[in-house]
Amino acid sequence: MKLVIGIVRPERTNDVLEALFRADVRGFSMSRVQGHGGELDRVETYRGTTVKIGVSEKVRFEIAVSDTFVQPTIDALCEGARTGEVGDGKIFVLSMERAVRIRTGETDHGAVTPVDA
Amino acid sequence: MTLAAAVNTVNTGDTAWMLAATALVLLMTPGLGLFYAGLVRSKNTLNTFMMCIAAIAVATVMWAVIGYSFAFDGDNPIIGGFGHAFLHGVTFEPRDGTTIPHLLFMAFQATFCIVTVALVSGAVVERMRFGPFMIFAALWSVLVYSVLAHWAFGGGWLIAGGTLDFAGGVPVEMGSGFSALAAALVVGARKDYGRQALLPHNAVYVLLGAGLLWFGWFGFNGGSGFSTGHSSVLAFTNTLLTPACTLVVWFALDLLRGRQVTAIGAATAIIVGCVGITPAGGFISPGWAMVLGALAALPSYAVIVWRPRTRVDETLDVLAAHGIAGMTGILFIGFFAQISWNGVGDGLVYGDAGQLAWQALAAVSAPTYAFVATFVILKVIGLFTPLRATEREEALGMDVVQHGEEAYATGEGAILVTPEAGLEAEMAVANP
Repeated sequence: MKLVIGIVRPERTNDVLEALFRADVRGFSMSRVQGHGGELDRVETYRGTTVKIGVSEKVRFEIAVSDTFVQPTIDALCEGARTGEVGDGKIFVLSMERAVRIRTGETDHGAVTPVDA
Repeated sequence: MTLAAAVNTVNTGDTAWMLAATALVLLMTPGLGLFYAGLVRSKNTLNTFMMCIAAIAVATVMWAVIGYSFAFDGDNPIIGGFGHAFLHGVTFEPRDGTTIPHLLFMAFQATFCIVTVALVSGAVVERMRFGPFMIFAALWSVLVYSVLAHWAFGGGWLIAGGTLDFAGGVPVEMGSGFSALAAALVVGARKDYGRQALLPHNAVYVLLGAGLLWFGWFGFNGGSGFSTGHSSVLAFTNTLLTPACTLVVWFALDLLRGRQVTAIGAATAIIVGCVGITPAGGFISPGWAMVLGALAALPSYAVIVWRPRTRVDETLDVLAAHGIAGMTGILFIGFFAQISWNGVGDGLVYGDAGQLAWQALAAVSAPTYAFVATFVILKVIGLFTPLRATEREEALGMDVVQHGEEAYATGEGAILVTPEAGLEAEMAVANP
């Protein structure tokens, strides 16, 4: 049982969602985040004020999956998010101690498996 | 535009109203910018608005240099002459057929050219590069707008033949709408079009923009009689009545189709109603103006529902809202113009079938010319420079790529570049 965190370009969000859906990964959370990877800084000018913007908008997916779903989830994230340019994002896989489905109290494997699976 | 008897004195009342009307029409362009900016995704807000601002810059300069002359100098059937190039001879003397200074007449007409250029941008937002758009705006304002304005207003073959176009159904509405279709075809669809939902990012901008446009439109239609006379009062009042009826019918269509009345639909209905009454404003009775408002909703609504199902990414539906609604208004005059209201001519219903023929001729010739000329202009510009941004730039958004600014900058993660430190020489810049 792992927690897969994928940080991707906002404009690839829909492609990632589509890839996850096709890989039968049905449960996830997503949020807008800002961060810095290896990308080059962006320069913006507002009247006389020039700034370097060192952080980029990203979308962060958090997906808790049973072990057999780890690789398909990673593949789906890569497939959906990759453009080949610097700034495509990262995937982190973390061990997960417990998971609980609030509605039923199911834990662990039961909690991260979609109801209809 | 009416051909009032030539009175060679300036009337102070008429001039006062036309000064105000000119300012009202100029406000329509930033209003349109807001309307368009709300309809695009947030990463393209500024670029979309800036295309309208660029239209003010480019179209005004071109208008003063040659556009006004091509539109309003002489009676050549196709295009005006060079007599008023660089505003030569445009002074305080009244413009022929009006009681306002020639200089003011020129300024009023300039605001029409500006807003029409801005309208066309709606077809190409979110992917066209800013530089080529400005080149396009410069060429289009002269080669398309001025020519159509000459046909309909400036002594060209349509007005000479008898086509009635009060405030610009030919050059402004059909001119922009069918040019927009051509521009969308040449520039091509956005990369995500048809694959992802591309939603308006701020419906409040859209409503406020539509409100500003409606407000400005009182100057647009009410000023097109160039006086404070009957036709101006009629057009002004019809500008209130017609869009209200379009709104009501649009609400009903929304209810029939989706069981809910939509805000963006309402904003669109305001535009469609204002466009519909533009050519007809000073020619039809208030009663018929209300009928026109109701009727104009139908074809434009149909095109707005149908167009997104095609591969044509005419992004902000300029064709439906302006081209089709303008055509509806132009044809409506042919049926319901009434000499007892306009003092100029009757339509088919009141006994003059010939009027309908001239309206139909305008409804065929103007769209054809606008479409073909725009298609050629953009193809030619495309030979010299790419018209659209790369896919990567389109993904990043045109605000950052084309302008180096964001509409909703938070300042988070922004490091001030001081003049002393400068941009470090080795610092690579991610975006051009």
